[in-house]
Amino acid sequence: MIFRVFAREELKKLFDAMASKNKIVGPVEIARDHNGKPLFAFNEVNSFNDIKLDYTTTKLSAKKYFLPYKEDLAAFRMDENDWQKKVDYNISEPFIFFGLHACDINALNKLDKVLMGSVYPMPYYAAKRKNMFIVGIDCTPQPYCFCRSMGADTALHGFDMFITDIGEKYFVEILSDTAFNFLKNIRTAEPIEADHIHYMKVASEKNKKFTAHVDTTDLTKILDMEFQSDVWKQWGEKCLACGSCSKACPTCYCYGVEETVDINLRGAKKTKKLYSCNLIDFAEVAGGHNFRPERHVRLKYRYYHKHRGFVEAYEESLCVGCGRCGEACLANITVPEVIASVRGEEN
Amino acid sequence: MDNQLKFTDIISEALQKQHRKSDLSTFEYTYKAEITNIHRLTEMENLYRIQIIDTEERRQFIFQPGQFLMLELPGIGEAPFSISSSPARHGDVELCIRKAGNLTNFLSRVGRGTHVGIRGPFGTNFPMEKMHGQNILLVAGGLGLAPLRSAISYAQDNRSRFNSVDIIYGAKDPSQLLFTYQYDMWRADDIGLSIIVDKPDSSWKGPVGLVTKILEQMFSERGNPFFKSTYAIVCGPPVMFKFVCNMLNQKDIPMQKMFVSLERRMHCGMGKCCRCNVGSTYTCLNGPVFDYWTVMNLKEAI
Repeated sequence: MIFRVFAREELKKLFDAMASKNKIVGPVEIARDHNGKPLFAFNEVNSFNDIKLDYTTTKLSAKKYFLPYKEDLAAFRMDENDWQKKVDYNISEPFIFFGLHACDINALNKLDKVLMGSVYPMPYYAAKRKNMFIVGIDCTPQPYCFCRSMGADTALHGFDMFITDIGEKYFVEILSDTAFNFLKNIRTAEPIEADHIHYMKVASEKNKKFTAHVDTTDLTKILDMEFQSDVWKQWGEKCLACGSCSKACPTCYCYGVEETVDINLRGAKKTKKLYSCNLIDFAEVAGGHNFRPERHVRLKYRYYHKHRGFVEAYEESLCVGCGRCGEACLANITVPEVIASVRGEEN
Repeated sequence: MDNQLKFTDIISEALQKQHRKSDLSTFEYTYKAEITNIHRLTEMENLYRIQIIDTEERRQFIFQPGQFLMLELPGIGEAPFSISSSPARHGDVELCIRKAGNLTNFLSRVGRGTHVGIRGPFGTNFPMEKMHGQNILLVAGGLGLAPLRSAISYAQDNRSRFNSVDIIYGAKDPSQLLFTYQYDMWRADDIGLSIIVDKPDSSWKGPVGLVTKILEQMFSERGNPFFKSTYAIVCGPPVMFKFVCNMLNQKDIPMQKMFVSLERRMHCGMGKCCRCNVGSTYTCLNGPVFDYWTVMNLKEAI
């Protein structure tokens, strides 16, 4: 791995070099909540002044840029007795994520495994993923962050460069030649021993700030053992089955497909819409049989997919511990509390 | 130095690959096919004969009994259906479809010559070749006969390779019996066929009850050695699986020799949409055909 350091004022120059010819998506402030605290979102950014690199967490993940909530998979042109199908992967130019936290980079790495690394790789995702340049940025743990428990507090790969604020300078890890070339636009230096010490100090101070934790020891087995546990029913009674958790989640990729006929009857569309396993008809089949009619069964299924099924398939959880689901939940259901209760731990 | 990123065209990379399962460009590829015939089986079910139009594509469409395909009516929808015909016929398939939802109701109103789309075949299959030299016992409830018909066709096509072939088929009432025109042909190919209905009408002369009743009869007639060299395939409504599989288990048919085919509503067929997940297993990739050992280990499968 190649490391560099650069002075604080160089960051804007780096942004400008990137923004001159490329679309940039980054964290921006979109509103204030009722306590006057800023609310952040990933949006297209044109000016360095608009980007908020010290953001806490965005309410929604960045997935609208690689797993849009609604996306046409194909369009049909209808002729007299025939039709032609046209497939479009819905991306025409590369773009830059400027300021993704480690959890969101790890979310992409996890999605890569199922959407690109397994059988039937998904071109709609792959086309966007392969046209994405990622500048990661370090973060400050929030009360709801449990990424460290999920092993997602640092990103080891899946980005082009990762910037850490070490005080007077920025410390940058470089993972791609494209990133290396971008850095030629600004003045950088080889880090000296003092920079390493600053970096390690920042990292260890960050680690002390985590307050939310999830014990993942033997979790796959415990989830199997406690499959019939009553705690699921208690959470099911709280759950409103609204699907907000899935909407906020950076790794929820489940979807449904719908087809519609254009109003002029000359065309039709096949549309993919992200879905949530908490919604009532997620596992309903034609004829009306529902394999998961109860809320607690659907909530349990979501935990199973994240914390057991994905582990079985890929040796790691699908959850990155960003805590967005708990923040989005209207019933205040959080992952650390649910897992602790399944483990029989008192909160 | 040019700061502009280069656009990556994933299809030119993908074209270098031949294998469908890893080929990005085939993800949304649809074979264009034509409904060549519609055979009304019951008030609710039709048998659609669907032929891939391109002869080369038709020849290359190879599937195994138990696999399913995605049938698409542009603008109406796309849904999974198990293939009901002989694998020897390649991309000239038959699908037994009940009027149950939007797509299937629309399908019941279209005529011969309609152009539809097909993706697939997808999923696991009944391991027919492993069953060579053994007895096969097929237990079907209701529409569960649809996927089994492909296995029955395989047994007919390769009759010398199997010992006893027996079908136990249960339906709610005589009017719901599927493929009635084929029963004599099956019997002519030395395939045992026992049919039982739950609610007989005045003309019904056969046995009345559930498939388990026929199974009990079979247990009393045939000894353990018979079941030791038997493969069983079970398909029907969820409630049927547990009873039938438990009974077969008592007769020492190893769990790895008992197969079930599960129904779920897939939206992609390729392990992406998660709509068919059982516990955390994809029915479309790891199923729809599972051996009973695997099903026992799946949460909420049956």
